[in-house]
Amino acid sequence: MNTRTIKRGWGDRTFSVVNYILLAALAGICLYPMLYVIFASFSESGLLTQHSGLLLKPQGFSTSAYAKVFKNPMILRGYLNTLFLLVVGVFCQIIMTSVAAYVLSRKRVMWRNLLMMLITFTMFFSGGMIPFYLTLKHLHLTDTLMGLIIPFMINTYNLIILRTSFASIPESLTEAAQIDGAGHVRILFSIILPLSKAILAVMVLYYGVGIWNSWFWASTILRNRESYPLQVVLREILLQNSTTSMTTGVGAGDQESVAATIKYATIVVATVPILCIYPFLQKYFATGVMVGAVKE
Amino acid sequence: MKANGSFKKRFVKDWKRNWSLYLLAVPMIVFYALFAYRPMYGALIAFKEYKPGLGFMDSPWVGFAQFTRFFSSPFFGRLMKNTVLLSLYCLAFGFPAPIILALLLNEVKRLPFKKVVQTISYLPHFISIIVVAGMITDFSMSTGLFNQIIAFFGGEKHPLLQDPSLYRTIYVASDIWQQIGWGSIIYLSAISGVDQQLYEAAEVDGAGRFRKLIHVTLPAITPTIVIMLILRMGSLLSIGYEKTILLYNPSTYETADIISSYVYRVGLLEQGWSYSTAIGLFNSVINLILLLVANTISRKLTERSLW
Repeated sequence: MNTRTIKRGWGDRTFSVVNYILLAALAGICLYPMLYVIFASFSESGLLTQHSGLLLKPQGFSTSAYAKVFKNPMILRGYLNTLFLLVVGVFCQIIMTSVAAYVLSRKRVMWRNLLMMLITFTMFFSGGMIPFYLTLKHLHLTDTLMGLIIPFMINTYNLIILRTSFASIPESLTEAAQIDGAGHVRILFSIILPLSKAILAVMVLYYGVGIWNSWFWASTILRNRESYPLQVVLREILLQNSTTSMTTGVGAGDQESVAATIKYATIVVATVPILCIYPFLQKYFATGVMVGAVKE
Repeated sequence: MKANGSFKKRFVKDWKRNWSLYLLAVPMIVFYALFAYRPMYGALIAFKEYKPGLGFMDSPWVGFAQFTRFFSSPFFGRLMKNTVLLSLYCLAFGFPAPIILALLLNEVKRLPFKKVVQTISYLPHFISIIVVAGMITDFSMSTGLFNQIIAFFGGEKHPLLQDPSLYRTIYVASDIWQQIGWGSIIYLSAISGVDQQLYEAAEVDGAGRFRKLIHVTLPAITPTIVIMLILRMGSLLSIGYEKTILLYNPSTYETADIISSYVYRVGLLEQGWSYSTAIGLFNSVINLILLLVANTISRKLTERSLW
């Protein structure tokens, strides 16, 4: 009996040690690429190219890459466009999705099941990329930021989550208001929405992250570079190598190494805002993922 | 007649009571009609030879010609193979990864350590796909981080994203890097709901921590795993085109090009409207069938399904 407990103790301890090592390694792998980018962005470009092996601190120290990034008008413009899309877009999405979810959550609506079926079907089948593009073109939604807001006002997945949540609010609450003469608009805005703050926060998180990350339709429908959101600007700089406008005045031999530090600085500038609000979002993560998993 | 009358009466009564509700339904109906069903109707150009000059109505019907053109195209086999393989690799490696992470995290008894690991592993989920692709591209260059590591272990430096044989590894590994932490949240919540008495009973029976993990925790979260798996099976061929478009280049097309990225190239870049719509439609139909099959199998085997 005694030996057995000791044996089990040893097995458990090995398990524990291995577990800690694995998790620490994983955290390192998740974090290091970001640290690398930060170190590289503050490095002096010449020293950075000479360096080999892992980067554990900036090579020299220079903020000239950041100076060049902030001088680039496209980045500021991209930020402003994205900010506009975030404010107007998320507002429209929340209003449209809430109203739709409210209608679908009422039990005595004619054709509710038919509507629900038609809407759910769009989650599993769509016309595809090209007909969607042709539709936007036909509706004159190309070449305007509205084309990135209006066609994306309702995400069906989010709609179903919100509908399930609205439907779980006790009917007695809304019935009482109805007897007092409140119409549906009043019920939605003064009873249902105030009771759904947590889920609405999750919706804002989902929609906001979606808009922040989206680039494909922006790069497809926008012709005017002035209206590019941040991610499309980033794509030009990081992936299509258009750093030349920022490396003017740099000797031809140094172009490449300077371009590298500019890219890293751009990544930092474009990711810092997300990391700043990250701690505030974190408390919604668990709720957010769980509501997503609720079966309709 | 009588039933008809009462229907009318019911209708009028319902309208008086709920007219504002029906007004509220209008925006949603217009939205879905314009942005979901109109494109579906527009997808009929897959059966036409669509010419923007002629418009939708006047473009000639060609039946299944666009589809047969795709099936007999030299790219068909390559695209199918690449799409299926990339999806399968993402499923085989990307699906279990967050489950394993959740199980390991659950075994950590020091809460601050657990919190730190969680916070760090969620971070990559919030980095935009453009930035992730930018980092991958940069790290893969012959002077980049990946090559520094390869050189450290005695390998030879070369531009990794130009190498077709490495493309899928890079794609899948970066996918896991980005999603492992975020994906583990749902399993951690499922684990937190496991009855503690089960662990105590297992302990009495002499189970160590590893055996408790295998025989108590894992079975308890199986329902969650099954639902997540059906969702993944259903989207097996709908693997996203965004990351592919950002990471591939002509030298890696032979392993990297998938159906949706081909649709993008042929349709939006080369304006082959009808042909690319047909390919996209083919892909959508396959996806729908896969989802139905996955759902039916799951309902038979586990009595769990999406609907």
